[in-house]
Amino acid sequence: MLKLLLCSGLTIAVTAASALAEDRCAAGKTLTEGKLTIATGNPAYYPWVLNDAPESGEGFEAAVAYAVAGEMGFSADNVVWVRTSFDEAIQPGAKNFDFNMQQYSITSERDKFVDFSAPYYAAPMAVLTAPGVTADPTLEALRGLKWGAVGSTTAVPKLSGVIKPDSDPLLYGDNSDINAAMSAGQIDAALFDLPTALFLSAVMIEGSAVIGQFPADREDNPDLFGMLMEEGNPLKQCVDAALEALKSSGELAAIEAEWLQQTTGVPLIR
Amino acid sequence: MSGEGAVAGPVPSRRQVYEDRQRRRSLIIAAASTGAVAAAVMILIPRAPGWDRVQASFFNWDVFASTFPGLLGAFMTDVAIFAWCAPAIAVLGLLVALARDARSPALFPLRILGAAHTDIFRGVPVILTVYLIGFGIPGLGLPRPWNSPYIWGSLALTLTYSAYVAEIFRSGIESVHESQRAAAQSLGLSDRDSMRFVILPQAIRRVIPAQMNMLIALQKDVALLSFIGPVEIFRQAGVYKSLMANFTPYVGAAIIFLCITIPATRYTDHLLARQNRERS
Repeated sequence: MLKLLLCSGLTIAVTAASALAEDRCAAGKTLTEGKLTIATGNPAYYPWVLNDAPESGEGFEAAVAYAVAGEMGFSADNVVWVRTSFDEAIQPGAKNFDFNMQQYSITSERDKFVDFSAPYYAAPMAVLTAPGVTADPTLEALRGLKWGAVGSTTAVPKLSGVIKPDSDPLLYGDNSDINAAMSAGQIDAALFDLPTALFLSAVMIEGSAVIGQFPADREDNPDLFGMLMEEGNPLKQCVDAALEALKSSGELAAIEAEWLQQTTGVPLIR
Repeated sequence: MSGEGAVAGPVPSRRQVYEDRQRRRSLIIAAASTGAVAAAVMILIPRAPGWDRVQASFFNWDVFASTFPGLLGAFMTDVAIFAWCAPAIAVLGLLVALARDARSPALFPLRILGAAHTDIFRGVPVILTVYLIGFGIPGLGLPRPWNSPYIWGSLALTLTYSAYVAEIFRSGIESVHESQRAAAQSLGLSDRDSMRFVILPQAIRRVIPAQMNMLIALQKDVALLSFIGPVEIFRQAGVYKSLMANFTPYVGAAIIFLCITIPATRYTDHLLARQNRERS
């Protein structure tokens, strides 16, 4: 009798497990079965990840990552974080992550060599001016400034395509180099996505100001952030479905409101 | 050559015939082995399972064609930085070498300064010097255009490279035998004149091949200035890489560099060979 009970109990357990697996879009498509490996930058920046600790789920991207993981059927314990540089993310061959979140803008050129999920955030470009620099938020006034940008971002084509500054912009490796160049008086202004610009002005670069953001109707603006995946990754449809569910339930908007709410109220550049 | 000439010419000795045959034989073996290696590389590498992806990431013709003109334009920035750094390095390097060779007791502080310069700038990573001088000195409050990263970055490169160049010059100066100084002095030349007319001409000539190596190294390290803002070829390639998620622009940059470095290296080899012939 006991044996029978045990046996049937086991059968139920097995059927339940397999039913769950069938239900899960991600089954068999992740790097490690049953785990979702997510990559972020090294370091990961505020306000995308707070305190460089994505495991806490604090910060916009960290929160979105856990929400997507939950939607895909992974508990928080089954989310594994790894760190990569931009270059590691696009190198050919096997990746060490299922998807990579570090404010990757979705562009058609990049899309030829890697896959992107559906966008999880639309980031307008914003202008950060150095301490002591004043300029009206008009293209005319901006053109005369000495510009800087992070060389690996979509701010570079935006600078040359929309602002068309009078002198060649200087390009840097990361935000802290922009900070140093501003302190050294070598650049007047730099172009960032709006949340990053707000963070830099509030926390990193004393005396700097966000003087304007580009209106959403311009071409390629806002930048759409997507999760980067290996080209042809079968997991893409699961991630997209999860993001779609988060969007329609309003959860994505709630996460955005929680972590990036201060982004309104910055004047538009005309 | 006409058949007549061959008949009229001296009959080759048995030794010549043997040596010709040996030479032909080694030529054929060299050609066959080179061909076999090339064929193996060309056949085997594309068969590797990841080759398609590697090819798409590193050797993509469309990406190459669309970015190459921009890279060439950015390379002009490298050429310009190189053009003003190289003479400055040569002059400062020579001055430091002379300072380290100063023999008058009154000039002892100069020797200390020279030694400190070579010790510090050879020991510190170039990139730290570039950051420290490129961001640090302008940060003291210099007005534009005197805070330009081009000026201070070039100074950083000059300071670093002159430390190496000075050591090479010094080794050249020390390689000139002491008896030459003695001979110059016995002819009535002052210390300064014996250095200028006797020691330096020989010392500099001896170290030219070694200095050519420094030129080639400098040519690549010019790219370090991109860390503090200037958009030279590596930064430009990095921008393209980021925008297209493809490494092909770096291959384009490498090709441009190779077009310069390979002839320069061959020329250095040639100089070295000539120097060795002259010495033997």
